[in-house]
Amino acid sequence: MPFKRYVEIGRVALVNYGKDYGKLVVIVDVVDQNRALVDAPDMVRGQMNFKRLTLTDITIDIPRVPKKKTLIEAMEKADVKTKWENSSWGRKLIVQKRRASLNDFDRFKLMLAKIKRAGVVRQELAKLKKENAS
Amino acid sequence: MAAKRKTPVKSRNPDLIRGVGKYSRSKMYHKRGLWAIKAKHGGVFPRHDPQPKAPAAAEKPPKFYPADDVKKPLLNKRKPKPTKLRASITPGTVLILLAGRFMGKRVVFLKQLPSGLLLVTGPFKINGVPLRRVNQSYVIATSTKVDISGVNVEKFDDKYFAKEVDKKKKKNEGEFFEAEKEDKKKLPEDKKEDQKAVDASLLKSIEGVPDLKAYLAARFSLKSGMKPHELVF
Repeated sequence: MPFKRYVEIGRVALVNYGKDYGKLVVIVDVVDQNRALVDAPDMVRGQMNFKRLTLTDITIDIPRVPKKKTLIEAMEKADVKTKWENSSWGRKLIVQKRRASLNDFDRFKLMLAKIKRAGVVRQELAKLKKENAS
Repeated sequence: MAAKRKTPVKSRNPDLIRGVGKYSRSKMYHKRGLWAIKAKHGGVFPRHDPQPKAPAAAEKPPKFYPADDVKKPLLNKRKPKPTKLRASITPGTVLILLAGRFMGKRVVFLKQLPSGLLLVTGPFKINGVPLRRVNQSYVIATSTKVDISGVNVEKFDDKYFAKEVDKKKKKNEGEFFEAEKEDKKKLPEDKKEDQKAVDASLLKSIEGVPDLKAYLAARFSLKSGMKPHELVF
């Protein structure tokens, strides 16, 4: 079980604690054993402890401490946003956010839809059981 | 030589600090009355001599003095306002009732009455909640809105909901129990008509939205795993 995701310049990470919770940031330089210089298109470049970051599979090709413009271009080229939103991790987060923002009426409609789907599934199952039994 | 005034004029503009007066130029203009010194008044501030007062009737001494001095209570000119309505509650909002007979029912908000209570209706056909008054504190406002434009709620106010006073008071024990049975109050027909009138247009707009009717018919309850402080209503 070797490590697969390394801290390197260009590694995209998810912030898991603090003011920028939930944001995708790029590791742009390493300060010391515990901290990295981190940057994102919509935030001021700053240092963050590694404990606040969770590494993702995505890397981009940037020089050490790039200008904001270069960083944004590199992120567009590597298509970080689409890669993230298509990954199963990214999709899970999107679903979680959607579920948390559901209205009371939405939750009611969701309940009706779940019941309907369960009914259809049960019908199919009953059909298959009957076929198997006979 | 300019004529001397009888009393030296005291400045109408006191100093805050040396060099800075308390009042601005526009305020001083008003204080000096320059707005009234016009040519039509002869270039002077108009004077109104006091009108001759009607002779005051001679005050007779009162016939009766109370033994102790009675304290007069202080004057209270306060006018109570209806409670401030939460920004999330607008006419047509679906509310969740939190207490009382209709606890958990989802209900449509109509208007705020002058007493501050909210006028609310089921609609009656959907969930059995009639035209009713409800306190804002016992209500959760959801973000679901119903179109309420076809409803006329002008005639409803707090007097409409006042209890009817029974003038007769039977105190005979023997007749008491029989009288109670007959006395079960029937809802007057005009109140039923009012309910139907309000609900008619409401029902049309509710049926326009899919699942809204079933939503209003169902009661709200907290299930396992639901955290009220994290729920979005």
